[in-house]
Order: sequence, then structure tokens, then C-alpha cells
Amino acid sequence: MSDELSHLHCGAGGGPVLPGRTVTAQMDLLKGLWRENPVLIQLLGLCPTLAVTNSVANSVVMAGATFFVLVGSSLLVSLLKRFVPNEVRITSYILIIATFVSVAEMGLQALVPEIHKALGAFVALIVVNCIILGRQEAFAGRNPVGRSVLDAVGMGIGFTIALLLMGSVREILGSGTFLGVSLFGPGFEPWVIMVLPPGGFFTLAFVLLTVAWARQRRAARAAAAGRDAAVARRAA
Amino acid sequence: MSVETHAPEPGPPAPPPDVAPARLLTVLGVGGAVAGTLLVLAFGLTLPRIEANRARALDAAVKEVLRAPARYDTLFVVNGALTKTAPPGADPKKLEQVYLGYGTDGRPVGFAVVAAEAGFQDVITLIFGYDARDRKLLGMKVLESKETPGLGDRIEKSEAFVAQFAGAVAPLVGVKGKRSKPGEVSMITGATISSRAVIRIINKALARLGPRLEAYREEGKGNP
Repeated sequence: MSDELSHLHCGAGGGPVLPGRTVTAQMDLLKGLWRENPVLIQLLGLCPTLAVTNSVANSVVMAGATFFVLVGSSLLVSLLKRFVPNEVRITSYILIIATFVSVAEMGLQALVPEIHKALGAFVALIVVNCIILGRQEAFAGRNPVGRSVLDAVGMGIGFTIALLLMGSVREILGSGTFLGVSLFGPGFEPWVIMVLPPGGFFTLAFVLLTVAWARQRRAARAAAAGRDAAVARRAA
Repeated sequence: MSVETHAPEPGPPAPPPDVAPARLLTVLGVGGAVAGTLLVLAFGLTLPRIEANRARALDAAVKEVLRAPARYDTLFVVNGALTKTAPPGADPKKLEQVYLGYGTDGRPVGFAVVAAEAGFQDVITLIFGYDARDRKLLGMKVLESKETPGLGDRIEKSEAFVAQFAGAVAPLVGVKGKRSKPGEVSMITGATISSRAVIRIINKALARLGPRLEAYREEGKGNP
């Protein structure tokens, strides 16, 4: 049995291992930004996406904390995967993630007490963020350390992009400010609903709609280009 | 584990056919111990910063509601009386504290009291300055609240609402519309429950502590 085959066999039951396709470091890093964006495409981690994006500052800190936990956990899970028996795999992942989250929470409390207060329970709830456990199970638990860290960095940035999108829209419309700086002057009546929970749902719906629309257009354009090329070939 | 011997190449580890329970216990036990140690370390490293942050926030709030006193003392509430020193054996951090501010001439200007009670969403914690001689409030500042953004949170963000407490005579009465008497506080439209909660918190704290504050004031008259 060749190495390649045994490799494939071990990969069964988790993320797809495509044979005959080389995966570059760049792809590991970049796929999280858009093509497999954890929030906008995979629709994971929606709880913090809805709950803490009522201002840009909250979004940035939440994204930073999640990024730290994601990269740290992916690194450790990937490093330790040989020592952790399959049976206690998830337990170990949760143990690692929870440790990082607790450290992040105490760090935030010491460094940015105001924002830590604003984020409330959602920092502790990073433990149960699907993005993080999902990356450990689908990627870090079965890939080398370097690739796992790149994957985590990419997914972390993708999460940051999504949170910033939501936070900017909601803060600009709901408070008339960006990062606390007033944009429209005193004449602007803020759309308070945008910083309340319903505003989160509205914003998420519009953001997802826009993303789906952009993807559909791109796919349609690619298909049209393919057709044109085929027609041109036939004509030639 | 067969995979360790023949596969130095990166790849997912094959699940071993049968794992001894002892190995599972060891892995989780060691992992838990390491995680616990790390947490204790992180806690120890961040605790001084966190406590300093808390103390700084409280210090700023005390100064704000006492209208920038020259200095202030921390007093402890022990057995229905105020004392400057915590009784021996008691942890000063766990005793209820009030803060007595002094003006530049060394005369007391008033007490700052921290009080907390249920608001609309969650417990509201606030601090207020109180001049026990005139039974007048000096100021109010919300320390912690989770009131509805845009509505209830105006109890801390609306300058007009907060400003009313400076000079208001206790006990406070919440009114809808304009205030006409010195003890009245005009409540925020759309945030009646939150406004009423603030008034109730202050009134209850004064009903409980007011006489003690006044008593201390009398007793300390001769003191600087």
C-alpha cells in the first residue's frame, strides 16, 4: 500500500482530501477570507456575529479574541495530534480551546476593561464557537502544524472581515458614528433599531444576500464565459 | 500505534485499534493539569492589572459624584455605624464602603455611596454623591448596567437626565414631563422603568444609610 493511499484512508470521516491536487500555503491562508469564509459562506459563529457587532470597537475586540483562540488552538491541536487518542479527541480540543478562552478573557479584562464589560458573556462563549472546534476537527487535527496555523490565520481574518462588515453598518446607521467618531453631525437621528438585536438580524440578512448575489453573478459570468469560449471554438 | 513508526510524513494519524483506558486517563489528566497550571499563571499575571483598573474606575467615579473633592476617605459600614478603620479580622474589601469627600478647606463636602438593584434588563450599579447636612444629592453616575441600548441606557448617556441629580433633594420622586420641585426627577420617555430603578436605588440606599451618614457627620463636626 502506498503512502498516498494510507493517507487517504486516514482522512476518511473528516475534511475532504482531494487526490492529485496540490494545496499551496497561499490557498490554505486565503480560502478563509472569502471562498470558505467562516461566517459569510459556512454560516458558522453566527451567535457572536449577531450579538456583539453593535459597534466597530466591540467587533474588533471580539474578532481579535477569537483570532487569538483560533490560532493558538490550531497550533496546539496540530502539534499534539499524535499524542491524543481518537477517543478523547473532542474533549482534548475543548480543553485546549477553553484554556485559551480563559486566558483571552483575563487578558481583555486587564487591558481593555471597558470593552470587556461591553462584550459581557460573549468572550467566555468563544469556547462554543463552531468556527474554532470546526477548524480543529476538520483541519488542525489532520494537517501539519504550518498548514494548520495558516488555515487558522485565514479563518480568523475571515471572521474579522465579517464582524467588521456587520459592525460598521450597524454602528454607522444605529449610532451615526464610526469607532465613536460622529459622522453626520447632530442633525442625524440614529436608527436605534440597528444597534438592537433586530438590527443584527436585518444586517446579517442583507450582508448574506449581497454575498450570495455577488457569488451568483460571478458564477453566471464564469458560465457565460465558458459558453462563449465553446462557441468560439466551434466557430473556429 | 502503527502510524508513528512508518509515517513521518505529515498526515492524519490513524486511530489505534484499541486504546487502554489508562492512556485516555493519562492524556486527559496531564492535559487538565497543564491547562490548570496555565490558567493559574494567567490569573496571577492579570489580577493586579484587573484590580487596578477597577480601583481606578471607582476612584474616578467617586471624584465625579463628589464634584472633584480635594481628597476623600474610605469609611466602612460596620454594625450600623461608620468607622474609619475596618475591625480587626475582617477583610476590608468585603465590607460595605462609603467615601467621604473633603473640600480644599478641609470641611466635608459629602458622601459617595455605591448601590445596586434590579433595573429593566439586569442589575444596575450606580454611585451617587450625597450631602448629608442639606440632604441633597451632589451627582449620580451609573457604574454598570445592561439597559436597552438607545432607550434604557440613556440613564447613563443622557446628560440632561444625569444632570438633574446634582442638587436634587432626597427623597427623590420620579415625574413624567417637566420637574417642578427640587426633589423631582424628570424620567426619560421610553425608559420609565430604568429611570424609576435609578430613583428607587438611590432612595432605598438613603433610607438604609442616610441616618448613619448624618450621624457620622454630626459626630465628626469637630474633626478636620
